[in-house]
Amino acid sequence: MSTTNTLEEARNIETAIKEKKRSLWFDAWARLKTDKIAVISLIIVILYALTAVLSSLGIIAADWAREVGPSYAAPFENWDYILGTDIFGRDVLTKVIHGSQVAMSVGFISSLIAIPIGVFFGAIAGYYGGKVDEIIVWFYTTFSSIPAIMLLMSIAFVLGKGITTVYIALGLTSWVGLCRLIRGEVLKHKNREYVQAAGAIGAGHFRKLFKHILPNVTHIVIINTSLQFQIAIKSEVILSYLGLGVSGQPSWGTMIDDAKLELARGVWWQLFGATFAMFFVVLAFNILGDALRDALDPKLKR
Amino acid sequence: MNASTNYIIRRLLYLIPVLLGVCFLIFIIFNVVSEDPALILAGKNASAERIADLRQELGLNQPLFVQYLDIVKSAFTFEFGQSWSTKQNISDMLTRGAIPSLTLTLPAFVISTFLSLFFSVIVAYYRGKGIDLFIRITCIAMMSISSLAYILFFQYFFAFKLGLFEISGYEFGFPGFIPYIALPVIIWIVLSLGPDIRFYRTLILDEIYQDYVRTARAKGLSEKVVLFKHVLRNAMIPIVTYLVVQLPFLLTGALLLESFFSIPGLGGITIQALNSSDFPVLKAMAILSAVAYIIFTLVQDILYTLVDPRVKLQ
Repeated sequence: MSTTNTLEEARNIETAIKEKKRSLWFDAWARLKTDKIAVISLIIVILYALTAVLSSLGIIAADWAREVGPSYAAPFENWDYILGTDIFGRDVLTKVIHGSQVAMSVGFISSLIAIPIGVFFGAIAGYYGGKVDEIIVWFYTTFSSIPAIMLLMSIAFVLGKGITTVYIALGLTSWVGLCRLIRGEVLKHKNREYVQAAGAIGAGHFRKLFKHILPNVTHIVIINTSLQFQIAIKSEVILSYLGLGVSGQPSWGTMIDDAKLELARGVWWQLFGATFAMFFVVLAFNILGDALRDALDPKLKR
Repeated sequence: MNASTNYIIRRLLYLIPVLLGVCFLIFIIFNVVSEDPALILAGKNASAERIADLRQELGLNQPLFVQYLDIVKSAFTFEFGQSWSTKQNISDMLTRGAIPSLTLTLPAFVISTFLSLFFSVIVAYYRGKGIDLFIRITCIAMMSISSLAYILFFQYFFAFKLGLFEISGYEFGFPGFIPYIALPVIIWIVLSLGPDIRFYRTLILDEIYQDYVRTARAKGLSEKVVLFKHVLRNAMIPIVTYLVVQLPFLLTGALLLESFFSIPGLGGITIQALNSSDFPVLKAMAILSAVAYIIFTLVQDILYTLVDPRVKLQ
């Protein structure tokens, strides 16, 4: 009789824990949902991501290199090339759509590079403190002492032109901010009661750090990634201007860069198309970043 | 010796390892990872002999640690040697480039700072109301357009099409430079208003929710007095220290703006060096900007501890 009771109780506690575990993210989602602009931003981001995936699979905008009309045909005159054509008579709208692939992938892959580096170094610096901390702080202070644009330029320059270069250069220049934030947050968490409790039931350093503390600082990674995307998308344009950008496929950066020769001839549609495409997704990431901060970090909410 | 002198001395000593680290990073990028610059400079059809001569001439045959020590030496003496493309002394080139850069960045910085402070105070005063929302959305929208698009459009529309400004070029001496820097200054302001207003707004709002503000309100002070006499004064601490860290970027110039408007400043020099694979100039600019950044961050830290007694010295 009593054993069943205890068992039931244990099961109840277990489900309660599970519910609680979920409710943290549920709470965040519930908060985010009430913010209409944030939801619209999320939808925009998903649409852009979908476009990028479809175009990389060759389902849409695969024939961007095809000549569809005369060179520099003006926009809104022919339905076949509604946004006009570029110097080779290629459809600007198709190029803009295909460009989403580069934009989303620079954000995604540079985050994939920056997040592990930033989280790992930030976490062990904050957790272990002492000499480890000193070395890591020195390391990222060194990195952040060279202005981001100089560092980005230099790395991209020595690696040579191409999309891989853009990924690596952006990834290597953007882990510092994340590392600093994670370190500060882990530092705050490491002496909290729940970590002590984990230690008391025999959890080692590794388990305490990665199983208990890190899940509690994930929100920083999520917020940071949203901002990283828009920084990466904007940086791709600057790298293209410096001649260090993508080649062999259209990107918003190369299209905007083309405009430096085209504008004087009155050709504004490549600049227009790429800038608009970029505007909406960067705006969406900006708003989403702010909304995520409010939703995931209720302490900051005013 | 009191705590703050002790702290300042320790921070000063910390400059050395950071500067050595910066040199190491620059060394790794330009001397280790980079493709052989002699190959780039000699061109595609150069003979092996020519390349070997070039390597000798540029000092690329020296052992790696000697090359590293050269970088460290240049960081402490500011002697960067000769440019590969113009054959001029780099320190002289940079000294000459600093003036055009400052004539552009200094007025741009001062005007944009005043404008963004003005708007951020308005936004903080009307927080949560329509005008706050409007300015905030405008800021985010302005930040979502590529800086290159701004430069291209403004240069095309206001200088080329309407002819209101010089399209490009520069003239040394006051007031000759004014027509040339006017448009770049305007673009700089447009570019920095968005992020700055947002940042200052957060700093001011951080203060507005403090206990002392509630006390000030409770004793019957008007919202204006609270905002200007109490909140703004305290918010000025992080604002001023933030501005201090921006100063080195004025010196290193505006890369894109100078390059677009052919202003012979440090930013323009850097882009030119990039296009001509001029490694010594690129290294010099990286070191110079890092040194400036390190020094001004130090000044910021010290200012912080002197101005705000709540900051703990560690």
